[in-house]
Amino acid sequence: MKRLIAGLPFIAAVIFGGFFLWGLNPDRDPNEIPSVLISQPAPAFDLDPVPGLETPGLARSDLVGNERPVVVNVFASWCVPCRAEHAVLTRFVEREGMRLFGINYKDKPEDAVKWLNDLGNPYERIGSDLSGRTGIEWGLSGVPETFIVDSDGTVLFRYVGPVVGPDAVERFTQALKQAGALPNGAGS
Amino acid sequence: MVPEIGHFALALALALALVQSVLPIAGASRRNAVWMKSAQATAIGQVLFVAIAFAALMQAFIVSDFTVRNVVENSHSLKPMLYKVAGTWGSHEGSLLLWILILAVFGAGVAWFGSNIPAETKARTLSVQAWISVGFLSFLLLTSNPFERVFPPPLDGNDLNPLLQDMGLAMHPPLLYFGYVGFSIVFSFAVAALLEGRVDPAWARWVRPWTLAAWVSLTAGIALGSWWAYYELGWGGWWFWDPVENVSFMPWLLGTALLHSAIVTEKRDAFKSWTILLAILTFSLSLLGTFIVRSGLLTSVHAFAVDPERGLYILGLLAVSIGGSLALYAWRAPEMEPGGLFRPISREAGLLVNNLILAAATGTVLFGTLYPLILEAITGDKISVGPPFFNAAFIPMMLALVVFMGLGPFLSWKRADIAGLLDRIRFVVVLAFIAALAAWYLLNGGPIMAYLAILGAAWLLFATLREWALRIRLFEVPLAESARRARNLPRASHGMTLAHAGVAVLMMGMIGSTGWKSEEIVFAAPGTEVTIAGFDITFEGATQVQGPNYIADRGTLVVRRDGELVTTLFPERRYYPVAESQTTESAIRSTLAGDLYTSIATPASDQVNNAGAWTLRILYEPLVNLIWIGSILLVIGGCLSLSDRRLRVGAPRRAKQPASDAVPAE
Repeated sequence: MKRLIAGLPFIAAVIFGGFFLWGLNPDRDPNEIPSVLISQPAPAFDLDPVPGLETPGLARSDLVGNERPVVVNVFASWCVPCRAEHAVLTRFVEREGMRLFGINYKDKPEDAVKWLNDLGNPYERIGSDLSGRTGIEWGLSGVPETFIVDSDGTVLFRYVGPVVGPDAVERFTQALKQAGALPNGAGS
Repeated sequence: MVPEIGHFALALALALALVQSVLPIAGASRRNAVWMKSAQATAIGQVLFVAIAFAALMQAFIVSDFTVRNVVENSHSLKPMLYKVAGTWGSHEGSLLLWILILAVFGAGVAWFGSNIPAETKARTLSVQAWISVGFLSFLLLTSNPFERVFPPPLDGNDLNPLLQDMGLAMHPPLLYFGYVGFSIVFSFAVAALLEGRVDPAWARWVRPWTLAAWVSLTAGIALGSWWAYYELGWGGWWFWDPVENVSFMPWLLGTALLHSAIVTEKRDAFKSWTILLAILTFSLSLLGTFIVRSGLLTSVHAFAVDPERGLYILGLLAVSIGGSLALYAWRAPEMEPGGLFRPISREAGLLVNNLILAAATGTVLFGTLYPLILEAITGDKISVGPPFFNAAFIPMMLALVVFMGLGPFLSWKRADIAGLLDRIRFVVVLAFIAALAAWYLLNGGPIMAYLAILGAAWLLFATLREWALRIRLFEVPLAESARRARNLPRASHGMTLAHAGVAVLMMGMIGSTGWKSEEIVFAAPGTEVTIAGFDITFEGATQVQGPNYIADRGTLVVRRDGELVTTLFPERRYYPVAESQTTESAIRSTLAGDLYTSIATPASDQVNNAGAWTLRILYEPLVNLIWIGSILLVIGGCLSLSDRRLRVGAPRRAKQPASDAVPAE
């Protein structure tokens, strides 16, 4: 009995050690928040275009029935990281042939127009989510966030935060390739 | 050139540590006095070489030597000198070097001052300490060399994380590590005792000063870190139950338990295997902290750059040291003979309850900290455990602890006189209830838990003072006689009184600043007025100012009370262009009664900014300074106890017969 009690701390330490070893798996990122949307159909929404912009508005039906999966990016002119991310996304659209749709989240239309005029507009369609209602449907935790949506409307991938920096771009590129969101031959 | 000297010195230190990890312990089993003696020279040599390496790294930071990668990544030529120096331990590599330096300092300390320790025990202890040194020196040299060069050298560095560029935090890691790592020597003593198969009161007495020294600096380090979080992060809280805070708090809780259980081992020759286990576990939790902070296992606001390879290496070190020592414990501890007997109501029983509660509290914090990891491993769900869990589980335990903390010192060893005890504490209990009821009457409002806590704090304070007064027979004999008695009391006894009173003061601060905090968050244009806790605060506007390596927006807040000017506060929002990050410099008007705490932030939208509006956060935290004052009392109490006569002179020798009865009960 006495031996057993003296051995308990050792046994507890071994069990904790096992958990630690599991936790060290390099693919595991404790900061990653899993999205309940993954492998689920994208929420229904129908957003008007941003007033003062020629780009058409965005609805769920625009995401469905495309030849390849498309990318939905949630952005706002008041969000500083979005500015950095904008350049990366533009490059994906121009060089890799990615199809990009935007949700302009809780943004004053005139600010959004000015922002897109200054930086350029890589979006095919932009829905103006003034109330933030659609953002809630998508389960946003902040801006920017980026989703890859399959042609049947299933959400394949979610990226929280700006796609900026080599690691993030690498992960995003991998996700695009896996989803088949890039035309053949591109992305090399 | 200098970095190479540093690197080379580290390699030499490793060589010495390797010798020290084998030779003295072999000498102890073969009774070879020369081999055993060698530990003295190697321990002091180790500290010299590690100090040379540390000085070399510091020199690289001071002259901004941008050929060293670590300096490039953590310094900048425009940084103030103080923070250049502090940058030495601002990174993973540098802080690990500091860790090892302190490890070596404690080893050398035992080699140098431990002339009263028998040669064999000392040799074994220093060998065990050298095992830890070998592990961490090789970790540093193999995976995290602080002296790595870059070519071509950049023109300037990346700057130290600006949040860390602060006086409080510059001093925080050295103190914290001194405590954390200081427990290593206690661990080594414990493993040596297990190898030897013998623990007695003399052992507990050799261990006590080292435990106390480590505990005092850990207390100071945690308090300093908490103070830093309070005024630097701009949230106005002083404890967030963040994993990194928790891992420094767990060794403190268990170290406190160790400090008390070692008293029983010293005075009564009891609790021996328990004391040994606590010594092992306390340092194990320190190691666990090192592991969690550097491996990226959990999410935290302040972790080092994450590298799974390093994590694996430290986990290996943990497996060897913790696994090895606990296996040794499982093997040897049952053979230890039990010590003196005691009745259910006695000093021993009081300290036993203290230990059980502290151990349970440590277990709770450990569980809460690791629960997200365990749950994710088993079910794949991701959750985070926040303050509500810790507050609900931890605070009731601490209240129970406080009851026993006030009671314990009244109890005598072996068997206490219950009637006499009740007689002595009756008055204190009544006084504590009066204090709590008075608080209820005056404050009306606030959480019920807060009043229970006030009751607990008042009980602890009055009981501690009453016990002290009984000892010096205050008001029973003439004052001069009481003063003479106070002078003759051992310093350890004064230390205990001061530390226990410190906890009561600390509790008051915690209760006041959580139970009666008021908070206002406003979007303010110049001219906006805010009223909080009787202060009228006018926002006069913000201006841009230039600092040495930052640009700041400085708000001007005029504080009035009843129309009279109290003070003007200047909270800042600083932007560090090189590190591309921002910090909040809150402005605080501190008084004993409470802190008026203000911070300013950039508004959420540019649109609002154009109108000249800012986000102001204004808090009134009553009694919050008592937390720091209580912490200081704890530290002073610990230092007083450390300077006790029995630890300085009268070299304790291993008695043939345990002579515990000859030791006067305190």
